[in-house]
Amino acid sequence: MIGLSQYLTVAAILFTLGVFGIFLNRKNVIIILMSIELILLAVNINFVAFSHFLGDLVGQIFTMFVLTVAAAEAAIGLAIVVVTFRNRGTIEVEEINQMKG
Amino acid sequence: MLPDLGPVVPELIVAVAAMGLLMVGVFGRANATRTLCGLAILVLFVALVFETGLTGTRAETFGGMFVVDGFAVYAKILVLIAAAASLAMSIGWLRREGAERFEFPVILLFATLGMLMMVSANNLISLYLSLELQSLSLYVLAAFQRDNSRSTEAGLKYFVLGSLASGMLLYGSSLVYGFAGTTAFDGLAHAFGNGIPLGATIGVIFVLTGLAFKVAAVPFHMWTPDVYEGAPTPVTALFAVGPKIAAFALLVRVMVGPFSALTDQWLQVVVFISAASMILGAFAAIAQSNIKRLMAYSSIGHVGYALIGLAVGDQTGVRGVLIYLAIYLFMTLGTWAAILAMRQKGRAVEGISDLAGLAKTHPGMALALAIFMFSMAGIPPMAGFWGKLYVFMAAIDKGMVTLAVIGVLTSVVGAYYYLRIVKVMYFDEPAEVLDHGGGDGLGFVMGVTALVILFFTLIPAPLVTQAGAAAATLFGG
Repeated sequence: MIGLSQYLTVAAILFTLGVFGIFLNRKNVIIILMSIELILLAVNINFVAFSHFLGDLVGQIFTMFVLTVAAAEAAIGLAIVVVTFRNRGTIEVEEINQMKG
Repeated sequence: MLPDLGPVVPELIVAVAAMGLLMVGVFGRANATRTLCGLAILVLFVALVFETGLTGTRAETFGGMFVVDGFAVYAKILVLIAAAASLAMSIGWLRREGAERFEFPVILLFATLGMLMMVSANNLISLYLSLELQSLSLYVLAAFQRDNSRSTEAGLKYFVLGSLASGMLLYGSSLVYGFAGTTAFDGLAHAFGNGIPLGATIGVIFVLTGLAFKVAAVPFHMWTPDVYEGAPTPVTALFAVGPKIAAFALLVRVMVGPFSALTDQWLQVVVFISAASMILGAFAAIAQSNIKRLMAYSSIGHVGYALIGLAVGDQTGVRGVLIYLAIYLFMTLGTWAAILAMRQKGRAVEGISDLAGLAKTHPGMALALAIFMFSMAGIPPMAGFWGKLYVFMAAIDKGMVTLAVIGVLTSVVGAYYYLRIVKVMYFDEPAEVLDHGGGDGLGFVMGVTALVILFFTLIPAPLVTQAGAAAATLFGG
C-alpha cells in the first residue's frame, strides 16, 4: 500500500536532485532551468499528496497556481538565456563569470 | 458577491494603471516612454495618497487572503516612495543609454504591485503569488539592457538564484501546509498553538531560507554583488530598497505571526544569519573598488542590523526594524542618486577612485554623499545612528547583548570603507572631472534625502511614533 510517506519521499528525492542539479551542473544553463522545473514539480507532488490525505482541496488549488507561475517563470528564464546567448555566443555555466569579487 | 474592495484600492490603482499603460505603450505612438514614466510616477503618487488615507485598523478581504493593518500601510508607503524615486531617477538614464522602451515603467509598476501585495499577504498562496509577481518582473528589469552582456549576466544570475529561493520557499510552504492542514496565516497560528510537528519545523526553516535569499542575508547573499554590479544602475537602486523592504516586511509578518509558536526553532537561525550578514557586510566591502559592488556588501550589512530587530521579535524589536528600514530607504536612495550622477564625458563610471576631488568640482554632491556615508556608518547626529541605536537598544533590553556587541563592532569596521569614500572625495586630488549638470531630478532626490537624514535627529517623533503604532498592530491585534 502506497501511503503519504512514499509520496513525500519521492518529492524529497526530486527536490534534492533539483537543488544538486543547480549547484553541481557545470555544463549548460538549460540544465539549470530543468532543475528549477524539477524543484517545482517536487513541490506539486507534495501538495497533491497532502491535499489527498488531508481531504482538503486547498493544496490542489495551490498546485494550479504553482503550475501557472512555473510556465511564466520558464518563459522569462528562456528569454534571459536567449539574450545572454546573443551577447556571449555561449550558455556554458563556466563562461558566465564576467563579474567576480 | 464582490469582495470588499476598500482595503485594496492602492493595489487596484497600480494594477489597472499598469495594464492601461501597457496598452498605451503598445498601441500609442512611438517614443512615448518619457510620458509613460511620468504617468507611472503619478500613479504611484495617487496610490500613495490612497494608502495614507487607509486607517490603521485591521481589515481582511478576498476571503482572508489579503490583510491591511498599520504595519502593512507603513511598509507600503516606504515601498511606494522607493518605486517612485527610482523611476524618477531612471528617466534620464533611459534617455542617455538609449534604452527608452515603454516596457520599463510598466514592468516596474508590476514589480511594485507584487511588493505591495507581499506586504499584505495573509495566506501562503497569496504570499507565493505576490512574491513571484515581484520577482519575475525584477528578473526582466535586471536584464533590461539586453545588448549589454553584464546586464544579461546579472539577469541570468538573479533568475537562477531567485528561482531556487522561490522553490525552497514553496517546498517549505508545502510542508507547513501538510502538517498544519491550512495555508491561512491565522489558521497556522492556531494550529501551531496545539503542538508543533517536526515536518512543520523543517517547513518553516525552508520558508525562512527562501525569504533570507530575497532579502540577501548571509549565507544566501552570493547573488547580490554580481546582480547589483551588472544590473542597470536605476534598477539596482530599486533592488536596494523596494524588494528588500517588502521582503523584510513579509519576513517579519510570517515570523512573528503564524510562526511565532516556533520561535525557539527559528530564533537561532535568525541570530546566526544576522551576525553573519553584519560581519560579511563589514569585511567583504573593504576590498571593493567598484562603488556598486561596495553598496551591495553595504546593503548585506544593513540587512544584518535590521535582522537584530527580528531576532528580538517583540514590539520594540519590530519597531526598531521599521525605523531602520525607513532610514535605510532614504540614505540608500540618496546614495544611488549620487552614483547615477557619476558620469565622465557622457559615460557612466563606477569606480570609487572616480570620486577623487569631488569636493572641489561638485561641492554640493560631495556634501550630500558625505552625509549619506556618515549616516550609513552610523555616526551621530545622522539618522543612520538612530536607526542602529533603536535595534541595539531593543536587543539589549531582551538580553541579546552578544548580537548588539557584534553590531557595534562591525559598525566600526564598516565605518572604515564609508569614511574612505569621504576621504577620497575631500582629500584626494581630482584625476578626471565628473560631468556637470546630470540634472534629471537626481539633485532633487539627493537634496531631499540628505535633508531627511540630517534633520531626523531634530524631529524624530513622526517616524518613531508611526513605526511604534505600526509595530503595535502586529502584536496587539
